[in-house]
Amino acid sequence: MLSAPEVLDHYYLESRCLLLELAATLDRLDRARAGGEPDAVESDDRLQRIRASLTILADRDARADRAERILQLFSDPAEG
Amino acid sequence: MQIIQPHYHGIARTAQDYERMAMSGVVAVCEPAFWAGFSRKYPETFIDYFRQISEFEPTRAAEFGIRHFCWVAVNPKEAENPSLSRAVLEQMPEFFKKPTVLGVGETGLHKSSPSECEIMEAQAQMAIDHDQLLLIHTPHLGDKLHGTRRVLEILERMPINPDKVWIDHVEEHTIRMVKDRGYWLGLTLYPITKCSPKRAVDLIERYGNERTLVNSSADWGPSDPFLLQECILEFRRRGHALQEAIEIFYNNPARYLGQSPKFDIQPIRIEEIR
Repeated sequence: MLSAPEVLDHYYLESRCLLLELAATLDRLDRARAGGEPDAVESDDRLQRIRASLTILADRDARADRAERILQLFSDPAEG
Repeated sequence: MQIIQPHYHGIARTAQDYERMAMSGVVAVCEPAFWAGFSRKYPETFIDYFRQISEFEPTRAAEFGIRHFCWVAVNPKEAENPSLSRAVLEQMPEFFKKPTVLGVGETGLHKSSPSECEIMEAQAQMAIDHDQLLLIHTPHLGDKLHGTRRVLEILERMPINPDKVWIDHVEEHTIRMVKDRGYWLGLTLYPITKCSPKRAVDLIERYGNERTLVNSSADWGPSDPFLLQECILEFRRRGHALQEAIEIFYNNPARYLGQSPKFDIQPIRIEEIR
């Protein structure tokens, strides 16, 4: 298992890249909304889930369970 | 679709790259001189490297029907050694006479040290004096923002035609300052550390395609020449027309590089035969 400094060393650039891709995707969405119907996706559950997941990412008190919480957030409720 | 790859380090790649690039529509590549992954000790090593990219590498590319052009320069990282750099610079003009050498590149900055700035300025002046195109590398990652500003400060003191200058590796935080000053800009596609294909298409949609070159570099590190084709696919998947793609990925390099009389590939237009 890697030490904390090793984890940061190994995954810093990859994390930077993933954050940039996410930021660019949200920028893309905002530009599309500005150029068309801004409310067309506002009530879309997928957008709500993306926004909620950002809150989980920013949770500094999380107990190494962010991935699990985000997957639960993106899970559909059981039928029946 | 026909593609020009404006920034590609063939000496670090296998012939399989050339074969696959040819199969995917690449008709020409341009190879700037760069850092070999270790810092060279002798001017002669640079000279042999310049011979390799101006004499031998075109023959490798020609095996697959690809035209190969190149640039010569002391790269920013090795510019940290000014005496070595000056010795190399003395011999660079000889290479401007070669039939596939397009100009001075890639010079620019890495950590923006005084030595790097001095050698970049000397090479920009050489490009002016010898009427050559000029390719400027901007720094990586956290050094990019202040390094790009420094590059622009140096260039603004010089009597240089912005149309002859290509400032490479711009991203969201540096594109405006380059474009607003009338330079050509390069979007460089890397798997992790520079621009991604999706972000490059975002930038083209936001800022237009004028004076814009897209390249996937490809060197000895983690890199992928086919990110350029991935970028074209992303551009087309967003609904942009084939001719628009040709403008960016073929005609723009033809226009910029065609300022050198040695680069004789002309812009093209797709027409239906009725």
